[in-house]
Amino acid sequence: MHLQLTKQQEIIRQMTADFSAREVRPIAAEIDNTETFPMQTVEKLFKIGVMGMNLPREYGGAGADEIAYAIAVEELSRACAATGGIVAAHNSLCCWPIWKYGTEEQKNKYLPKLTSATIGAFGLTEPNAGTDASAQQTVARRQGDSYVLNGSKVFITNAGVAGIFVIFAMTDKSLGTKGISAFIVEKGMPGFSLGKKEEKMGIRASSTCELIFRDCAIPRGNLLGKEGEGFKIAMSALDGGRVGIGAQALGIAQGAFDEAVAYTKQRVQFGKPISYFQNTRFKLADMETNIQAARWLVYGAAFKRQTGKPHSKEAAMAKLFASETAMEVTTRALQLHGGYGYIRDYPMERMMRDAKITEIYEGTSEVQRMVISADILK
Amino acid sequence: MRIIVCVKQVPDTNEVKIDPETGTMIRAGVPSILNPDDKNALEQALLLKDEAGAHVTVLTMGPPQAAETLKECLAMGADDAVLLSDRAFAGSDTWATSNALAAAVRKLGGFDLILTGRQAIDGDTAQVGPQLAERLDIAQITYAQSLEIDADTVRCQRLLEDGYEIVETKTPALITAIKELNRPRYMSIRGIYDAFGENANIKVWGVADLGIDASQVGLKASPTSVNRSFSPPPKPKGKKMLDGTVDEMAGALAAELKRLHVI
Repeated sequence: MHLQLTKQQEIIRQMTADFSAREVRPIAAEIDNTETFPMQTVEKLFKIGVMGMNLPREYGGAGADEIAYAIAVEELSRACAATGGIVAAHNSLCCWPIWKYGTEEQKNKYLPKLTSATIGAFGLTEPNAGTDASAQQTVARRQGDSYVLNGSKVFITNAGVAGIFVIFAMTDKSLGTKGISAFIVEKGMPGFSLGKKEEKMGIRASSTCELIFRDCAIPRGNLLGKEGEGFKIAMSALDGGRVGIGAQALGIAQGAFDEAVAYTKQRVQFGKPISYFQNTRFKLADMETNIQAARWLVYGAAFKRQTGKPHSKEAAMAKLFASETAMEVTTRALQLHGGYGYIRDYPMERMMRDAKITEIYEGTSEVQRMVISADILK
Repeated sequence: MRIIVCVKQVPDTNEVKIDPETGTMIRAGVPSILNPDDKNALEQALLLKDEAGAHVTVLTMGPPQAAETLKECLAMGADDAVLLSDRAFAGSDTWATSNALAAAVRKLGGFDLILTGRQAIDGDTAQVGPQLAERLDIAQITYAQSLEIDADTVRCQRLLEDGYEIVETKTPALITAIKELNRPRYMSIRGIYDAFGENANIKVWGVADLGIDASQVGLKASPTSVNRSFSPPPKPKGKKMLDGTVDEMAGALAAELKRLHVI
């Protein structure tokens, strides 16, 4: 067993950390404050090949491994969780299912765009289908050479900026989850529009909107996989998504921890830096221990995914532990900052707000516990 | 177009400490980086490649671990790389280094441009670029803050202390870059996989490959001798700080300058 990164993974960490420090950190507070999508940053991420990095070379990707991908999301999220989340949604939830389940024609049409300029998104969640994702109310009706979509999706990451969407809809209600199908929908297709843009507590720079389908006719050729395979496609994409969100949570925790270490070394109270006091030291020790544990769970799940073996449980455990670690570490790190942690001159309150979403999206912590326990008791 | 970019692996001088006893650099544990001005030179070569197509070869001389720096250059987009590495090169000063580099450039055969950084942050001599141009008997433009190419003419703004001059020459030519020239790109993910993989496109040449005599390189072929190196004493603090309103401070400053017969 080699618990060591490859040379390429190490260099990818160096490069993405450098990118993050120079391109992402300087604007993180501002884009949070103004809810501005970091389009220029994303253009640069396309240029260096982070967007779609896991896709094979023939489609413009780098053929990167899953651990390298987790490292890239971690390093971006260390400075700005919104930026890390944009990358995670694009890669795990849009690029991957099209690569895994698409026909050669679909892959040749969409993947080169997703590695060069077009942002991707994934639409599963509905107003009445959250944790119970099987309760899809969006329907897709066969009509000649088209499918006609009607319904709506909510809380869709990247929605306002994406050009390519993987959308789930019921093709046969009588079959339950086996009646759900997946489709590739392009921005601008008639009958497809954006609804409300959400104002969020955290990851405020990412674009989160409602998607509305009103008699939206899409070509039959845009069915992804077979009819009825949609739920399986969604669940397998979410396995990868959870590795991505685990990495995002890990990055948030590490970023908050770095701030806490620096702050407690220079903040003087009672004549000494507060890092001198045992309360601070023990808190830092616990934070670091949990962060390392989260890191091994995330990289372990990424490794398992890379081998192609089933990894739903590992991905769920990584996401569950990393997101709860992010929440705990940001809360403690803010506490160590005292009043300064609570004001916007310091990044702590942003990091704490950002951490919360990782316990909710791509399956709440409760869903992760359902997945893990179902695997144990199967 | 064929471009050769000469680079150097240097200790990150932001991290370097000087041994107060011996006056020499403590290199242990200091990360090595691609010399910053050389990175600008490489970026310029890659910009020319993006615009009009070019074959970009990176050349360095150094110990085997300098291959890491060449890999970084490949991951940024260079086509191939040559490492001059041989015990015979050890201890080379700028004179001996430019001799080895010139031999390597001749061996590479034909080029339109050689780009390199103004100077390396470890030695700060700014000599190797100009010496290389002299040895190859080609034109050189140093301190380039801009570069345009039009057929076989290269035109640069050459930064001076009090402005810049526009210098034009015919290719082949050697240009030394300063940080104002451009903003270097990042390595790409794809480039990292290729350059840091097992089949990185790096040739390693020793003295024998260059067809030069071992007596022309290395410590013995180096006329430079370092008598002593030391940290310059810190600049003393100013005599006094002015205070008061702007008018009062300006008045006090003018009076002081008059007293010193400066004005």
